[in-house]
Amino acid sequence: MADIDEIDTSNLAYGRTEWDDHHHLPTNTGLTNEKVTMWAFLGSDCLLFGALISTYLLLRNRVGPATSGPTAADLFDIPFTSVSSFVLLMSSLTMVLAVTSIQRAEMDRCKLWLLTTAALGSIFIAGQVYEFTSFYREGLGFTTNISSSAFYTLTGFHGVHVSLGIVMLVTMWVLVSGGQIGPERAETIEIIGLYWHFVDIVWIVIFAVVYLIP
Amino acid sequence: MAITEERPEILELESGDTSFSTGAFARPTNASGWRAWFFTVDHKKIGIMYGAVAMFWFLWGGIEALLIRAQLFTPNGTVLTAEQYNQIFTMHGTTMVFLVIMPLAAAFANYIVPLQIGARDVAFPRMNALGLWLFVFGGIFLNLSWFLGGGPDGGWFAYAPNTGVTFSPGAGMDFYALGLQIAGIASLVGAINLIVTVLNMRAPGMTMLRMPVFTWMILVVQFLLLFALPVITVALILLSFDRTFDANFFNVAMGADPLLWQHLFWIFGHPEVYILILPSFGIVSETLPVFSRKPLFGYSVIVISGAAIGFMGWGVWAHHMFVSGLGPVGVAAFSATTMFIAVPTGVKILNWIATMWGGNLRFTVPMMFSISLVSMFTIGGLSGVMHSVAPADTQQTDTYFIVAHFHYVLFGGALMGLFAGMYYWWPKAFGYRLSESLGKWHFWILLVGFNMTFGPMHIVGLQGMARRHSRYGPEDGFDFWNAVVSIGAFVILIGMIVFAVNIVRSWLGYKAGTVPQEPADPWDARTLEWAIPSPTPEHNFDYVPVVTDIDDFWHKKYQPDENGKLRKVADGNEIAQKGDQHPHLPSPSYWPIVLAAGLPLIALGLIYNLWVSGIGLVLLLGAMFGWSLEPATDPNAGHDDHGDDHGPDANTPDGDEGGDAEVAEEAPVG
Repeated sequence: MADIDEIDTSNLAYGRTEWDDHHHLPTNTGLTNEKVTMWAFLGSDCLLFGALISTYLLLRNRVGPATSGPTAADLFDIPFTSVSSFVLLMSSLTMVLAVTSIQRAEMDRCKLWLLTTAALGSIFIAGQVYEFTSFYREGLGFTTNISSSAFYTLTGFHGVHVSLGIVMLVTMWVLVSGGQIGPERAETIEIIGLYWHFVDIVWIVIFAVVYLIP
Repeated sequence: MAITEERPEILELESGDTSFSTGAFARPTNASGWRAWFFTVDHKKIGIMYGAVAMFWFLWGGIEALLIRAQLFTPNGTVLTAEQYNQIFTMHGTTMVFLVIMPLAAAFANYIVPLQIGARDVAFPRMNALGLWLFVFGGIFLNLSWFLGGGPDGGWFAYAPNTGVTFSPGAGMDFYALGLQIAGIASLVGAINLIVTVLNMRAPGMTMLRMPVFTWMILVVQFLLLFALPVITVALILLSFDRTFDANFFNVAMGADPLLWQHLFWIFGHPEVYILILPSFGIVSETLPVFSRKPLFGYSVIVISGAAIGFMGWGVWAHHMFVSGLGPVGVAAFSATTMFIAVPTGVKILNWIATMWGGNLRFTVPMMFSISLVSMFTIGGLSGVMHSVAPADTQQTDTYFIVAHFHYVLFGGALMGLFAGMYYWWPKAFGYRLSESLGKWHFWILLVGFNMTFGPMHIVGLQGMARRHSRYGPEDGFDFWNAVVSIGAFVILIGMIVFAVNIVRSWLGYKAGTVPQEPADPWDARTLEWAIPSPTPEHNFDYVPVVTDIDDFWHKKYQPDENGKLRKVADGNEIAQKGDQHPHLPSPSYWPIVLAAGLPLIALGLIYNLWVSGIGLVLLLGAMFGWSLEPATDPNAGHDDHGDDHGPDANTPDGDEGGDAEVAEEAPVG
């Protein structure tokens, strides 16, 4: 932490707070409250997915006297999921482009990349819906066996996270289009970008641990 | 104004952007009456409400405890049936942990932390209100189960598959799983908010290692909450999915592993233990130096050991599971980590004793409660270290010895510290002190009753009396000590009645003028919350305090003279801020309470009828929409309340410069 003499006290509206979110005022960390909030939330979310992934790893091959039906791993279509994973990863690239363009005040490009990111995320979700449907048709329901419960819960929670991200991206697109968000609030897009990248990274872990490792 | 004589700038907040103010309804105005409390976003009112609601649940959890003790007063007790007994002890534990100690700590965290770091409010005032109302509705939801077919009956740790539909067919465990989920969201929201507040909004000069120890401990607790809550969230989700949607997570016929729940629960549950105790450690780290008139012995060691407890608390969870068949390697590893974690705790105890050693002790009520924390917690800590020896723990598991242990740390530790905090900060929150004489009665009756209740449990526990059993036989030989324990429980009740009488009488006396109005600094204290008037003005600080030391306020009052002896150079009440500014404050809002009301509806719907969930969801989404369209500060508020000359824009530093200069002569602090 900076010593007292180094602190700029010329603007003592100390601690940028929710009610003045259009002004960049000094905070102790140098990061805005909103950004620290997102980092803290993502830290918490790591543990959520950590617990869900551990649960899946523990339960995926378990059998009991009443076990029947295929396990999730029996039905994986690796090429298909690889493609949808690639689509989701590419959406991180477009998200970066959206953040960069609003920081350069290129609002039209920002809108384009926001919408592209949301569209790529939607393709991923559509792929997940297709995957769930085909698994169900092949006899793997949520209650079929222990690995199916664990699989649908883990990937379902990730899907909900992606869907919330899409809602946020579309909302941002509306607000940027309506002019409520200009280059001075580029950080809002940046923070949503943090969330989006996090959700992508979690998918890399899930894809590697759940789909690829036998 | 010694705190601020160098830089008497106004702490002024920018108003919201008017171009974006499209709230759906007119905003509430915080004039007076119940609206001033229900729609407030003021961290002080929120803190007081946390405390009041937690004390209500304390009464409720206490009644449950007394029912347990009435049942066990004699062998073959007939007060409760076995089913009722299961529900009562489950809800006693759940209530005391989640609805009493955690929110009481949240009450102090909300009220005190922004004051100790010199901030105007927390980082996100509406989120703060949301946390409060989620806790309130979560508690109500949990206890609705009593009226809808019986309470949860699986113990507060709710071991699955024992808590699955097969073995717990009533709706009680659904209320448990969903109610804790709601309370968990409340804690998560509060944790993130306080983390951001402490990391970002400290007064200039207050580096992390100049922060008061209470604020430090609260920060550690919020990080523990941040990382522990998602784990129990997952556990509760799995349980709910099993119970509601027929998933198979704990279905042994499908190959489920009962240890899954135990691991998930205790990975949350052991950090939770430190979540419960560290706030009280922080409180006594404030009170002991004040009433010993000495600085805290080894400030940085106390802070670092608190953080070390926070880290090491993640590596000891399986000591709750020594008898579950972990295997020798796991048991040995967790034995060792459990022994190690006693080290930083012991360091704290020694530091507190060294703080008191040679000090000029003042035996006020908060001091007495603080000393009782140090001594009673040490007893509980010692029996805790006994449990780290796995063979001994195997003998003691599920006996009353364990019950004695965790009541010594949670009642003798956490609650004693929280009572110390109540007596200590009462004048800051309400402007008057609680009666010292009634307070001493409260303390001594409580201390005697506490030891009568939980001391003999060590004995019957080692004799083999099992916990969670609704009956013991006359041939077991437990009847004498159980009668003592039950009498002790009612002595605790008497102590708490004295406390209630104290609150009411002191308040009535204050209204009638017989109990005096307290000045800013009634205890000659050390930290920033005492540098502003009592009770705290709505805007906390007139000016941003500038901090140059640990215990900065103390150093403004006491300076070493030429011989190196400490000399009083200023009176705390004179150099305290006057509380006469009227800055622009965050405006009250309907949305936190509306949003919070959506969640119990969704949860009820999951148990009974999904249409109810739909209504809850609509309420939730509508409130989110209204919330995000509403600027945090009403651009129209604040001006007419105080007249134009006191509006935020009219505040200039000039108004107080004279006063500053005057005091600065008395207290020339560099």
